[in-house]
Amino acid sequence: MQIIRSRTLYDVCIVGSGAGGGMAAKVLTEAGANVVMLEAGPMWNPSSESYMFKWAYDSPRRGAATEKQQFGEFDAAFGGWTLEGEPYTNGTGSQFDWFRSRMLGGRTNHWGRISLRFGPDDFRRKSLDGLGDDWPITYEDMKPFYDRVDALVGIFGSKEGLPNDPDGVFLPPPKPRCYELLIKQAADKLKITCIASRLSILTQPLNGRMACHYCGQCGRGCAQHSNFSSPSVLIPPAMATKKLTIVNDAMAREVTVDESGRATGVAYIDKNTGRENHVQARIVVLAASACESARILLNSKSNKFPQGLGNSSGNVGRYLTDTTGLNVQGFIPKLMNGVPHNEDGVGGMHVFMPWWGDNRKLDFPRGYHIEPGGGRGMPSFGFMGNVHNHVRAAAAMGVTPSGPGYGKTLKDDYRRFYGATVGFSGRGEMIPNKDSYMEIDPSVVDKWGIPVPRFHFKFYDYEINQAKHMQETFRALIAEMGGTPMSEMPTRERNYGLAPGGRIIHELGVTRMGNDPSTSVLNKNCQAHDCRNVFVADAGPFVSQPDKNCTWTILALAMRTSEFIAEERKAGRI
Amino acid sequence: MEHINRRALLKILSAAPVAASFALTDAEAQQAHHLAEAARQTATRTGVAYTPKFFTPAEYRTVRILSDLIIPADERSGGAVDAGVPEFMDFTMVDQPARQVAMRGGLAWLDLECQRRFDKTFVGATDADRHAVLSDLATSGELKPGLTHGQAFFRSFRDLTATGFWTTKMGFADLGYMGNTVVVKWDGCPPEALKKLGL
Repeated sequence: MQIIRSRTLYDVCIVGSGAGGGMAAKVLTEAGANVVMLEAGPMWNPSSESYMFKWAYDSPRRGAATEKQQFGEFDAAFGGWTLEGEPYTNGTGSQFDWFRSRMLGGRTNHWGRISLRFGPDDFRRKSLDGLGDDWPITYEDMKPFYDRVDALVGIFGSKEGLPNDPDGVFLPPPKPRCYELLIKQAADKLKITCIASRLSILTQPLNGRMACHYCGQCGRGCAQHSNFSSPSVLIPPAMATKKLTIVNDAMAREVTVDESGRATGVAYIDKNTGRENHVQARIVVLAASACESARILLNSKSNKFPQGLGNSSGNVGRYLTDTTGLNVQGFIPKLMNGVPHNEDGVGGMHVFMPWWGDNRKLDFPRGYHIEPGGGRGMPSFGFMGNVHNHVRAAAAMGVTPSGPGYGKTLKDDYRRFYGATVGFSGRGEMIPNKDSYMEIDPSVVDKWGIPVPRFHFKFYDYEINQAKHMQETFRALIAEMGGTPMSEMPTRERNYGLAPGGRIIHELGVTRMGNDPSTSVLNKNCQAHDCRNVFVADAGPFVSQPDKNCTWTILALAMRTSEFIAEERKAGRI
Repeated sequence: MEHINRRALLKILSAAPVAASFALTDAEAQQAHHLAEAARQTATRTGVAYTPKFFTPAEYRTVRILSDLIIPADERSGGAVDAGVPEFMDFTMVDQPARQVAMRGGLAWLDLECQRRFDKTFVGATDADRHAVLSDLATSGELKPGLTHGQAFFRSFRDLTATGFWTTKMGFADLGYMGNTVVVKWDGCPPEALKKLGL
C-alpha cells in the first residue's frame, strides 16, 4: 500500500486535541510555530452541535444512552468504554475499562469541570511517607502555571487557605442549592470540611466569553462557551493565529524516527480512506490520552528503539492508576414534598468536601474528596429508577406507607419523593503499584491493524481500606441528614463497592516524568529521555494520582511543557 | 404533519429490521418519533389505533392496561396512556434490543399467571383479578412464594412506565420541574424552601 507523505514540514505535530493538545496548540502557535494537530475523531463545535436546552421529550429516547453516546444521547462526548472496531484486552484476572473519546476536544467534552490544582504535598509523597514517588518538580514550580490557567480558562471557588488544597484565581462561586445546604450542615456537625466547589464554569464574563446561564447542562457542551472545553477555549485562539492545521479522523499509529534516533513525524491512518499517511514535523507532542500516547510510543519500534520509542528503561506503560471511586445514595425525608423551584444551577455541584482527614491516624495512606449530588433535575430516561428502593427507604424512615406499589398512591410517591435523594461520590488517591500497567497485546490489533493495549490492574489494601472509610463516611452523612442509605454496605470481598479501574476515567502515569532515566520515561520538562524532540502533554507524565481530578494539572503542565518547547526552539536546541 | 397518515408511519416502521437486532440511528429515531406522535394524535382524533412495531396486538393491549394501572389519571394529570407511555415503550424495545426478551417473557409470564389463577389472560381478567395479581407483584413487603420472576418483570415495567410518563410535558408540569431555562441571576435556595427546611 502506498503511503501518502505530506510535503510540508511542520514545526510541531500534536497528537490529540483535548486539554493537553489544545493547550499545546494555543501556546505553540502563539509562539509562532507552524503546528499540525492529528485528531482521531470528527470536528466538533459546541456553538452549533450542543444539545443545550433540549427537553427530554424532544427525543423519543428521553435522553437514554446510545452506543455512540454512552452517557446519554444529549451528552457532548462521543465515546465510552467500548468503541466499535477498537478493542483492548485485559490480563488474566484483571479488569481495567478504558474510556476513549474520539472527537475534537476529546474528553474535555466529557467531565464535571471539577478543576482542582494539586497541593504541595501531592508532589512529594515519597518524601513524606515513603510510598509512591516524588515528582521531579514542586508545587512552587507549578503554581504560576496554575494561576495563569485559572485566569485564562476561568474557575469559580472560595479562598479557604487550606494547606494542601491551594486557592486559585477564583471567580465568585454560585450559592448552594437547598439540599447542598443540608449537606453542609451535616458535614459541619461531623467536622468534615465542606466548601464552595471549584469548577471551570464562568460566573462572570471572562476573556470575551459569556457568563453561565445556569441550565445545569455542561455535559451537553455549552453553546455559549461558558464552561471549559478545548474547542470552546483553546482551539479558537490557536486557529486565530492561522498557524494551526487540524487533520481530523486521523488515527495516529507511530512516531517515525531517522537513523540518528530523532523523531521525523507521525504515521497515521486516515479513517475515511483507510490509507496510511505520514506528516513530517521537527517536534512531536503526544497528547492522545495517557494510555493512547503510551500505546503510540510502544508501537513506535525501530532499529534504534526496538522496545518502542522512549522505552529504553522499560518504563512506558508502567504505574498505571485511576482515581478510586464509589458512591452511596441516601433517602432524606426532610427533602420530601419540596417547594417547586428551578434547582438546575451550574452543571455540577456547588459545594464539595476536600480531604479533611489525617492519614497518620487512619489505616490507609491517601485521602479522597467527596462530590455530592441530588436535587430536582430534569426527569429523563431512568427517572427515579428502582422506585421500590425509594418506597422501602421511606418505610424504613417511618414515612407513612403509601399503597400497593402502583396506581394513584404510587403516582403520589413519585411526586413526594422527587428531589428527596442525595448521593455522595468519593474520589480518592491510588498509589502507583507494580501490578498495574499496560503493554501491547502480542496478538490483537484494531480495525486499522494497530496493535492494541493489554491492561493489568490491581488495587491494594491502601485503596480498599480507603473505600471502606468512604462507605462509612457517606452513611454517617446520610444519617446526620436524618436519612437512610438506599443500599447495603458492600463487603470487603466486593472491595466495599470500589469501581473497577478505568471507570472514573482518570487514567494516568504510564509515561512518567523523573530525573533518573532508568526509572522514568520523560525528564522534568516532559521531554523523552531517549529522544529530545518528543514530548508528552497529557496525564501520562504524572508521577502520582492525587484525589484531585487531573484536568487542571494536564492544562498547567501542558502550558509549562509548551513554553519550554518554544524556548528551546528559540535557542536552537531542538 | 397533517398529511402524515398511518400508512406512512407503517412504511417507515416496516423499513426497520423485523427482528430489531439493531438500534435505530438518530435520524430514524427522530423520524419514527415524529410519525408516531402524529399518528397518535390522529388516532386520538379519529379513533384509529397506533400500530406497534415490537409488541404483538395482544401484548400491546396488556401494555396499555398495565401501564395505565401503574400510573392512572387523577385530579392533577392524565394517565400513562394519555402521556403516550405505550408508544414510548414500543419505541424503546426497538431502540434497546437488549430489553426485548425480558419484556416479551414478562408479559407471557403475566398471562400464564392469570391463566393459572383465573383461567383468563390479563386482558380478559376482571379488574378485581388484575388488582389481585398486581398487589402481589408490586408489594414492597414479603413476597409470596413463586413470584420472584413476576416481581422482577413488574419492577422493570413500572420503572419504564415512570420514565415514559414523567419525561413528558405533562409529567414535568405535574412534578413542578422548572429548569432548562436561562437564569439571569442565580440566587440559590429560595426563601420559602429555606423556611420549609428550617434553614
